[in-house]
Amino acid sequence: MAMVGMEGSLAMAEAARLANVDVVAAYPITPQTHVVERLAEMVANAELNSAYIPVESEHSAMSACLGSSATGARTFTATAGQGLELMHEVLYVASGLRLPIVMGVANRALSCPLSVWGDHSDVMAVRDTGWIQIFAENGQQAFDLTLCAFRIAEDHKVLFPVMVHIDGFHLSHVVEPLYLLDQKQVDSFLPPFVHPFPLDPDNPVTMGAFTVPILYTEARKSMETALRSTRPFINYVFGEFAKLSGRQYEPVEHYRTDDADTLLLTMGSYSEIAMDAVDQLRDRGEKVGLIRIRLWRPFPFEELRQATENCQTLVVLDRCISPAGPPGPVCSEVKAALYSQKKRPNIAGFIGGLGGRDLSPAEFVQMVEKGRVIAAQGGEEIEMIGVRG
Amino acid sequence: MSARKKDSEITWRDIDIGAVIRTPGNAAEYKTGDWRSDKPTWNKDRCIKCGICALFCPEGCVSHDDKGYFEADFYYCKGCGICARECWTQAITMGPEA
Amino acid sequence: MENFAVFVPRLVPQKDYFAPGHRACIGCGEALALRLVAKALGRDVIISNATGCMEIVSSPYPTTSWRVPWIHTLFENASAVASGIEAAVKIMNEKGSRTRTHLPKIVAMGGDGATFDIGLQSLSGAWERGHDFLYVCFDNEAYMNTGIQRSSATPFGAATTTSPAGKMSIGQTTWKKNMPAIAVAHDIPYVATACPSYPFDLMEKVGKAVATKGPSYLHVLSPCPTGWRHGGDLSVKMGRLAVETGAFPLFEVVNGKYKMTMDLAKLRPVTDYLTPQGRFRHLPKDEVARIQKGVIREYEKLKKKAEA
Repeated sequence: MAMVGMEGSLAMAEAARLANVDVVAAYPITPQTHVVERLAEMVANAELNSAYIPVESEHSAMSACLGSSATGARTFTATAGQGLELMHEVLYVASGLRLPIVMGVANRALSCPLSVWGDHSDVMAVRDTGWIQIFAENGQQAFDLTLCAFRIAEDHKVLFPVMVHIDGFHLSHVVEPLYLLDQKQVDSFLPPFVHPFPLDPDNPVTMGAFTVPILYTEARKSMETALRSTRPFINYVFGEFAKLSGRQYEPVEHYRTDDADTLLLTMGSYSEIAMDAVDQLRDRGEKVGLIRIRLWRPFPFEELRQATENCQTLVVLDRCISPAGPPGPVCSEVKAALYSQKKRPNIAGFIGGLGGRDLSPAEFVQMVEKGRVIAAQGGEEIEMIGVRG
Repeated sequence: MSARKKDSEITWRDIDIGAVIRTPGNAAEYKTGDWRSDKPTWNKDRCIKCGICALFCPEGCVSHDDKGYFEADFYYCKGCGICARECWTQAITMGPEA
Repeated sequence: MENFAVFVPRLVPQKDYFAPGHRACIGCGEALALRLVAKALGRDVIISNATGCMEIVSSPYPTTSWRVPWIHTLFENASAVASGIEAAVKIMNEKGSRTRTHLPKIVAMGGDGATFDIGLQSLSGAWERGHDFLYVCFDNEAYMNTGIQRSSATPFGAATTTSPAGKMSIGQTTWKKNMPAIAVAHDIPYVATACPSYPFDLMEKVGKAVATKGPSYLHVLSPCPTGWRHGGDLSVKMGRLAVETGAFPLFEVVNGKYKMTMDLAKLRPVTDYLTPQGRFRHLPKDEVARIQKGVIREYEKLKKKAEA
C-alpha cells in the first residue's frame, strides 16, 4: 500500500475501522478527541458499521464497554489523562471480568495544575489495573499496535483488555508518514470476536458476583496467573503481524545496543529523540545504545534482564514523578526487575518531558553524561531535566 | 467448578474465568431454612387455596400440593410471617420451630 | 408473555427467575419486589445490576439466584453498562453475529442509592441517549446494604445512621427527591411507580415497560424491616399503608401524560404509616404534622398533573 500522512489519533481510528469494531463508547478529552471525532465521522458516512455511544463521562464510557464486551461485541474506546483517572475503578472491573476491550490512551499529564499536554502520569496511575499495556513510539505503531491489541485481547488464550499508549500531542496530533493495511490483510490477521460465555438468555451466566475473604485471594491469583501467561501469545501475535506487515515488534526493542556500555531506556515517542542522541554519541565514539519498553504490562522481565546484562550503566527516563516515593515509576520497576541479577548495571534515573515539555537530543546526551557519573556513585537523586531554578 | 466444594476447599484453579458463574440459580442449594425462629402452619379448614401466600413470599418457597392446599418449603422458609399476616382467611399461624 | 392481569394469585406462573437461597433479610420487601419483577420479566432479558442489597444477596460467589443473564460491576454505572449491552445486542443483530434475531429486553436495576445519588448521572445519560431499556429502582429509602445510611430517597424525618435522630436533629431534614419527575423531565415514554403490596399492578407495569420502545422507568417502593424498623411480617402491610396514606402514590406517566393508578377518595392519616416504623419513632408531633402537610401537598400536585 502507498504511504500516507496521518495523525496518530486518526491512524488509531483507522485501525479500529479496519478491525470492524462493533461498539464505540466515546467521550471527548484533549488530546484524544480526534480519535472519537474520526470514528463518529466514519459511522456517519457508513465507512464503519458500529454502534456509537456518545456517553456522558469516561466512567460511563468504560462501563458501556463492559456491557458491550460482555455481550460479545468487539469494543473500543479512547481516553487521556483525567479521563483515564475518572474510569479508574472501572478498569479493574474490565480485567477482573476478563473482557477484551481495546482502548487507545493519548497519554496526558494529570491535574493539578491542569495540563492537557503529554506525559505518563496517567499511565503510571493505572499500572495495577490488570490491563495489557503496549507503548507506541510513532504514528505507524499507533496503527499497528491497535490492530495487534484486538488480536491479543480477544483470543481465548488471553481475554484481557488492552491499552495502546500514544503520547499526547506528540503522537496524537503529529502527522507522520505511515503505511496502512488493507481490509483483506486485516481480515486475515484478525478473526471475529466470539465471547466464550456472552450475556445471552439462551445460556444465562452471572458476571460480577462478590467474594468473601476466603475466596477473593483465589480469584485474584487466578486472574494474575492468567495475565502473566499471556506473554507467549503476545509474542506470537507480534510474529504474525510481522509476517503480514514486515514490522516486527518486541516487548523490549533495541537500538544500537550490541557493544553498548551505556544504555538509555525510554518508553513512548521520546524514544525517537533518544535515538538521535545515541547516533550523536556513537558518532563521537561512545558505546551507547537505547532500549525501549514496548510491552509495559505484563512487564518484560526476561527481555529487560537480557538487554541490560552486558552494560555498565543504564539511564532511565521517566515522564512522570512519583511524589515522595522511589524516584521514577519506570526507574523503580526496572531496578526491582534487575535487583535479583548477579550482574546488573548501575542505574541512574531522570525525570523529563512532563506536561508536554520537549526534550531535545542534547538533553538526552546530557542524561547519558550525567547519568554515568550519578550511577557510578550509586546516586539516589533523580534529576528533573530542564527544570529551571 | 464443582458447586459442592466447600468455600474453604475451592482452589484458585477452580475459579472460573472472570469468576463467572455458569450454573444459573444454583443459590437454590443454599439452605436458608435454618434462619427461622418461627414456622408457618396452614390450617386446611381455613385455606381457600387462593395463592396469595405464595405470591407474597419473598423466598418464593410457597407452593400448593396436588389438592391445592398451600405449604412452605421449609428448606428455604425464613419464617418471616408475611404469609400469615397477609392470608385472607387467617389460615396460617406462625408458631415456634418444633 | 403470561397474562399477569388475571388477578388470581394461584394462576400466576410459578416459575421464578430469582431463585430462593438468596441471603435477603427475613421478610425483605425488596426481595419480594425483585422476585415479582423477575417473574414478570421472564427469561428473555439481560440484567445489569448496580451494587446494593439485591446484588449482594443474590450473588455470593460461587452461587447465584439469577436464572437469567446478569451482570454486576459497580455502584453508579448500571445504566451505562446497560447502554453498552443494548447497543451491542442491536449492532450484533444488524451485523449478523448473534444466533437469534429476537432482541432480549435490557433491564438495569439499582437501589435508591444507586439511582437517586451515585448513579443519577449515568441514568440521565442513558435516558438522554434514548436506549431501549427498562430501569427498575428498588427504593428502600436508604443505603441499606451498608447499614442504613441516608440517601436522597430517605423521607423527611426518617432516622438513619447518617441522619440520626438526636438532641439537635429530627433525622433526615430534606424531602425525598422526586425521581419519577426527573424521569418525566427526560421525556421518556413510560414512567411508573409500583409497590409489591400490589403485586398484579407491579407485574402489569413491568409488562408495559417491557413493551415500551425506548427508555422506561419503574420506581418500586421496597419496605425494609431492618432499616425501617418494623417486623418482617409487616413488609407487605407497610407498602400498602405507604400507598393508602399517599406517602407513596401509585401512578403512571405515559408519553408525558400522568395517570393515577388508584385515585383514593380519602387518604389515611400519615400516622397510620409512620407509627409502626421505628425510624420515625422519635418525631415530635409538629414534625409529624409537617410530614402530613407535605404528603397532602405532593399528592395534590400529582393529582393536578393527572387531571391536566
